Amino acid sequence: MSAYNTVIGLEVHSELNTKTKCFCACKNEFGDKPNTNCCPVCTAMPGALPVLNRDAVERAILMGLAVGCKINNYSVFERKNYFYPDLSKAYQISQLEYPLCVGGGLEIEVDGKKKFIRLDRIHLEEDAGKLIHDNAGTLVDYNRGGVPLIEIVSKPDMNSAEEAVAYLQKLRSTLLYVGVSDCKMQEGSIRFDVNISVNKEGEPLGTRTELKNLNSFKAVLRAIKYESNRQIEELEAGRPIIQETRRWDDEKGKTYSMRSKEDSQDYRYFPDPDLIPLEVSEEYIERIRAKLPKLSHQRVQEYLSMGLSEQDATLITQERSYADFFEAVLKLFNEPKFVCNWITAEVFKKLNAIEDEERTISVKPENLAVMLKMYKQGEINQAGARKIFDIIWEKDVDPVKLVDELGLKQMNDAGALKEVLVKIVNDNPKAVKELKDGNEKTMAFFVGQAMRATQGKANPKMVADIVKELIK
Amino acid sequence: MNYLDCSMTEVVELLNSGKVTSQELVKLCFERIAETTDLNALNSTYFDMAMERAKQIDMARKNGEKLGCLAGVPIVIKDNINFLGTKTTCASKFLENFVSPYNATVAQKLFDEGAIIIAKANMDEFAMGSSSENSAFGPVKNPIDTYRVPGGSSGGSAATVKAKQCFASLGTDTGGSIREPSSFCGVVGIKPTYGRVSRYGVVAFASSLDQVGPLTRTVRDNAVLLNVISGRDEMDMTSSTTPVPDFTAKLEQGVKGIKIGVAKQFYTDKLSAEVRESLEKALAWYKSQGAELVEVDLPSLDTALAVYYIISSAEAASNLARFDGVKYGTRANNYQDIVDLYFKSRTQGFGKEVKRRIMLGNYVLSSGYYDAFYRKAKRVQKVIRKEFEDALSKCDVLISPTTATPAFKLGEKSNDHVAMYLTDIFTVPINIAGVPALSMPCGKNAEGLPIGMQIIGKHFDEQTIYQVANAFEQAHKEGV
Repeated sequence: MSAYNTVIGLEVHSELNTKTKCFCACKNEFGDKPNTNCCPVCTAMPGALPVLNRDAVERAILMGLAVGCKINNYSVFERKNYFYPDLSKAYQISQLEYPLCVGGGLEIEVDGKKKFIRLDRIHLEEDAGKLIHDNAGTLVDYNRGGVPLIEIVSKPDMNSAEEAVAYLQKLRSTLLYVGVSDCKMQEGSIRFDVNISVNKEGEPLGTRTELKNLNSFKAVLRAIKYESNRQIEELEAGRPIIQETRRWDDEKGKTYSMRSKEDSQDYRYFPDPDLIPLEVSEEYIERIRAKLPKLSHQRVQEYLSMGLSEQDATLITQERSYADFFEAVLKLFNEPKFVCNWITAEVFKKLNAIEDEERTISVKPENLAVMLKMYKQGEINQAGARKIFDIIWEKDVDPVKLVDELGLKQMNDAGALKEVLVKIVNDNPKAVKELKDGNEKTMAFFVGQAMRATQGKANPKMVADIVKELIK
Repeated sequence: MNYLDCSMTEVVELLNSGKVTSQELVKLCFERIAETTDLNALNSTYFDMAMERAKQIDMARKNGEKLGCLAGVPIVIKDNINFLGTKTTCASKFLENFVSPYNATVAQKLFDEGAIIIAKANMDEFAMGSSSENSAFGPVKNPIDTYRVPGGSSGGSAATVKAKQCFASLGTDTGGSIREPSSFCGVVGIKPTYGRVSRYGVVAFASSLDQVGPLTRTVRDNAVLLNVISGRDEMDMTSSTTPVPDFTAKLEQGVKGIKIGVAKQFYTDKLSAEVRESLEKALAWYKSQGAELVEVDLPSLDTALAVYYIISSAEAASNLARFDGVKYGTRANNYQDIVDLYFKSRTQGFGKEVKRRIMLGNYVLSSGYYDAFYRKAKRVQKVIRKEFEDALSKCDVLISPTTATPAFKLGEKSNDHVAMYLTDIFTVPINIAGVPALSMPCGKNAEGLPIGMQIIGKHFDEQTIYQVANAFEQAHKEGV
C-alpha cells in the first residue's frame, strides 16, 4: 500500500454569548423552560421582521480580529432556504458571498512541530431551535432559534486527526480568551463539522466527505481516524469515494452515509431583503479592536517578565480560565513562581483527573491564595498544604480555619523540635553514622521520623537544621 | 346630511366639533357594510370591538382629553396587516383561522391616533394578483359595476372606500396593488417611497418591493393618513430615517412652474383610446395651469415586468416557506412524516396563483439558474432605477396612466395569466425603482368607469405628488 495524505478542513459553529438573540430582543439563554424566550420574530409569525443585533456583529468582529482576519467593510446576510421543523422561517439567515471576516489563521503545535492553519472566513448566522422527541411525538423548542452563531471555516490545512484536534483546542481557547462564546460542548454552544479526503502522495486532492455535528475533541479524533482509513480502504479496493455527508456513530465508532451530493439540498441562497447590507467603518473596527482582551501570546510575554519559565507560561495560558485564575491568585498573593508551581503541579493534577473535556478549576482563587501564603510563610508544611488543598478544591472553606480545625499548624518551635529529635538521634545510631558518612539521603529518614512523632506538623527545614547540629 | 358622504378630513372636523359621535359613525359604517355585502370587500368585521373603542374615544372627547388626529374615524385595513385580536388571513385558506398575536407598526400607529379599525379587507391571496379574484373567500366586486373586478391585490381596500363602508383604508403595493385598484374603483391611493412606511407586521409578499399605503376618497385624506403611518421603525431595518415632512403642507400651492415629465414608453399602443384621451386632457389641463411638460426617456421600462416577476417571486417563495403547517395555520390531517406534512399542508392551504409564484421563485433561485435570472434581474433593476432617477432629475413628477384600460370584467383574464400580469405594466416599474407614485381618477370612459392617472415622484418626495394631485382634484370637484 503506497502512502496516502489525509487532508482535513474544519467548520466550527460557535454560539456567541450575547444577551439577546441575533435578530430579535429575546434572551439568549441556555436551559430555560421550552419556548419561553420567543417572540413573533424568532417563531416566524407572519409579518415579523429581523433586526440585526449590533452586539453579535461586534463579537464576531472581535473574534475575527483575534485570529488576524480581514474585516470586510461590506457584508451581506443571505437566506439559506430549507424546510425543517426547528427552523421557524424555513430559512436560516446566514452569510455566503460577502462574509464579515476573511483570512487569518492560528498556529498549532503537534509533537513539538509548529504549523499555521489558515482560515477561509468567519461569518455570522443564526442558530435553529431544537427538536425534542418523546413518546407523544416530536416537540419544537424555539428558545435557541435565532441565537447568534459564528461559523469559522478553515482552509484544508490539516493532515492528521491530531492536527485537527490541536486546531480545535487552539480555536476554542482563543474563543474563550476573546470571551465571545462559552464554548460548552455539552450544551452544543460549540460544534464541529469535518471535511476530509485522502490522496496518494503527489496526486491531486481526493473526493471529500463531510462529518457533521461532532461535539467533542475525542469524537473528532476518532472520527477522522476512522474516516481516513475507510477512504483509503475504499480506494485500495478500487472503489471511488462518493462525495457525501456522513454521520459519526460514537458508540459504534463508525461513520455512516447520510446523503450523497446528488440528493443534497439546493439552499437557494439569496440576499435577505429584510436586512440591509452590513457596513462597518474602519473607525468602528478600530474601536472594537481596542476592546480586544489580552490573548494567550500576550499573557505569555507578561508571565515571562514575571520570571516564569517559557514552559510554565505556556502551560498556564493554554486556557483563559487558567490564566485568569493565576492572575486572580496573584492579586492576593504576589509570588508568581510560587503560585505557578502550585498550579502547574497540584491544580493541573486535579484537572487531569476530570474525565470531561471541559475542565474547570473548582477552587476559589482567594482560598488558594490564603493557603499558599501560609505555606510560603512556613505556617503549614507541604503535607498540610496538600491536605488543605484537597478540601478547598471540593468546597469553599476558609483555609485558616482548616489549619486550626485539623491542627495542621507547622511546628516551628526549635526547642520542642530539638526535644523530639534528640530522642530520635539517640535511638538510631546507624542512621546517624550514615549521615555523618555523607549519605544525605538519610536526612529523609530523620524528617520522616520527626513527622511521625509530630503528626506531620514538624517544619522539615528546621528538622534538617537541628539534626545536622545534633550530630556535629 | 349623510355622514358617509364626507371625506375623512371632513368627518374628523365633525367629530371634533361634536356634530357626530364616533359610535354613530361606526353604526353607519356597519349599516352600509350590511347593505353592500355582495361586494365581498371584507373578510372579517369587528363591530363589538369597534363600538367599544368608539365609546372610549367619545368619552375621552367629552372629557376634553387630548385625542389623536384620527380619533373616532372608522378605517379598514387590508387582511395582510396584523392587528391584535383580528384575523389576518391574507385571503388564504392557509391562514383562515389565524388571529394576530401582535400589532403591525402601521396598525399600532392608526390605533395610537385614535382610528377605529372596523374590518379587514379582502384581497388576492397573499397579495398576488391584479383583480382580487385570487381570494380563498371569493372575488371582490367593483362597487361601480359589480360585474367588474375592483383591481388587486388591494381590491377590498379600494372597494370598501368607494362603497363608503369606511372613510379610508390601508392597502399594500408590491407591483401596483394599491394603485391599480384605486384606478379601477376611482379612489386615491399611494404607493409611498420604499422605506417610507414600516413593513413590520405586514405579511410579506416581496420584501424589497412591498409598501403599505392609504386608499382614500380625497388627496388630502391620503396625505393626512400617510403622515400617520410614515417614519422610521426600529422593528424594520428597511424603514428609512429620512425625515417625514407634513404631506399636506404644499397641497394648495398649485402647479405653476411644476415640471411634469412625460415618458413616451408609458404611452404605448397597449393603451386604450379612452385612457389615452383622458391622460392627454389631464396633461393639457396641467399645462394650462402653468405646469411645464417635459419629455423624458425610460428606455428600459418594458423590462420591468420580467424583472418584477423574477424578484418578487423569488422573495415570495422564501417568505411563504414559513407557512409549513408546523407552527400555525393549516395542518393537513393524515400525514406520513414531516415531508408529507409540509407537502399536504401547503397543497391544501395555498391557491393556484400562490403555488405558481412559489414554483417560479424557487426556479429562479435554483443553483444553475440564479445567475441567469435572479442576479440578472437585480442588475436590470439597477438600470431601471437609474433611468427613473435620471428622468426625475429633469422634472418634479412623472405622469402616466395607472392602467392601460379601465376595470375589466370578472373572469375575463382569469385563465390568461400573461394578460393578467400585463395589467401591471405601468405600476410595476415604480416598485422596481422604489419611487413613490399615486393613482387618482382623471376621467371616465363611456360606460362611466373611472380612469386612473399615476403621478410618480422622486424618492421621498410624496409632498410634491400630493401638491400636483390636489391641484387637479380641486379643479375637477364636480367629477372628472
